[in-house]
Amino acid sequence: MINIEEFTKGLEVEFEDVEPGTLNPDTNFRNIKGWSSMHALIIIAYIDANYNALLNGADLKSAQTIGDLYKITEEKLK
Amino acid sequence: MSAYIKAISYHLPEKIFSNEDFFKTFPSAIEQKDNYLRIGVKNRHIVDANHTASDLGVKAGLALFKEHNINPKEIDFLLFCSLEFDYHFPSSCSIIQEKLNLPSSCGATDYNLGCSGYVYGLGLAKGLIESLGMKNVLLITSSTLSKKIHAKDKSNRFIFGDAAAATLISSRKETGLGSFVLGTDGKQAEKIIIKDGAGRNPISENSYKEIEDETGNITSNAHLHMEGTGVFYFGLKTIPAMIKELLEKEKLKLEDVDLFIFHQANLFLISTVCSKLNIPDTKVFNYMENVGNTVSSSIPITLYQAMKDGKAKAGQKILLAGFGVGLSWGATIIEL
Repeated sequence: MINIEEFTKGLEVEFEDVEPGTLNPDTNFRNIKGWSSMHALIIIAYIDANYNALLNGADLKSAQTIGDLYKITEEKLK
Repeated sequence: MSAYIKAISYHLPEKIFSNEDFFKTFPSAIEQKDNYLRIGVKNRHIVDANHTASDLGVKAGLALFKEHNINPKEIDFLLFCSLEFDYHFPSSCSIIQEKLNLPSSCGATDYNLGCSGYVYGLGLAKGLIESLGMKNVLLITSSTLSKKIHAKDKSNRFIFGDAAAATLISSRKETGLGSFVLGTDGKQAEKIIIKDGAGRNPISENSYKEIEDETGNITSNAHLHMEGTGVFYFGLKTIPAMIKELLEKEKLKLEDVDLFIFHQANLFLISTVCSKLNIPDTKVFNYMENVGNTVSSSIPITLYQAMKDGKAKAGQKILLAGFGVGLSWGATIIEL
């Protein structure tokens, strides 16, 4: 099963432009510096590639924090 | 007899909108520069306001005749694929038929498709050749989408470029165009749409009202609206499934394909799809850097460049995959 710390750390690596250690499960991902539509694509690609769960636009819209993304992913894997 | 791609040429408008121009126009995008660069575009060509998609198409057709020494009188059928047409009617293909000096015995039709349009066109051409016995089908794809992108829509102004391509599909004994997988999902029609200005919603004052999405991108109902995340999700879901279905139809394994050419939507999407399918980079040819996403012309432009670079050769199995507005998708396997 997936673990929220690894999930957060993995996403941080994918974002490339985020300083290591800045993200945590409570981070509102839309407040990341320079947030753009590309970040949304990176989130979808990251979760699909690493957890084999495909999030759609509505899933993403319903999430505020990285913890929310983790919960949606967990739900999809059930 | 089998249909095959005999020749391709393309035309780009002169005016270039470079990344330098882009970041000057949208200084707020500079802090997201690295992310923009992952899309894979450095320059895109932009059509003049007084030129139409059929004008670009004619230039691509003339380039094809000149570059490959083709006699226009030998064309039996003209297919014109675009999202932009000169008039409500007649079809733009009539205008093109005249300007390219195609014979009056040449059948011609327009069809309205975007990024899946090239694969659809090859499928239609295959039908005309293999079922109706035609010898030479001219497929012209053309996009002037820049005219329909809102001036403040930074995402789409970054991605799209204008272009036209002309492909001659002819007949021969050896295999050329193989099986096709085509699909449509009208439930997702609004994911890529220009809502106002055609039959359903006439242009009104409200049509030009600015609409801002959650990433700060601005458009209006009179301009292109593309839901980036929705389209990305669609791509990740549809492309691998369509490729698997095509390979099953052709009784081939993924390893049997020598080269993959995807619609050049966004290199980040293409690389994500390829890692999902375990397609090695060496088997993928992309050409987006200097042209952007040219809609229905992206596959023929990329195939042309792959042939020029010696990456696409006779005897190889080349998989072409397109996907986009509709939402709609199509894939085929070809031999040059």
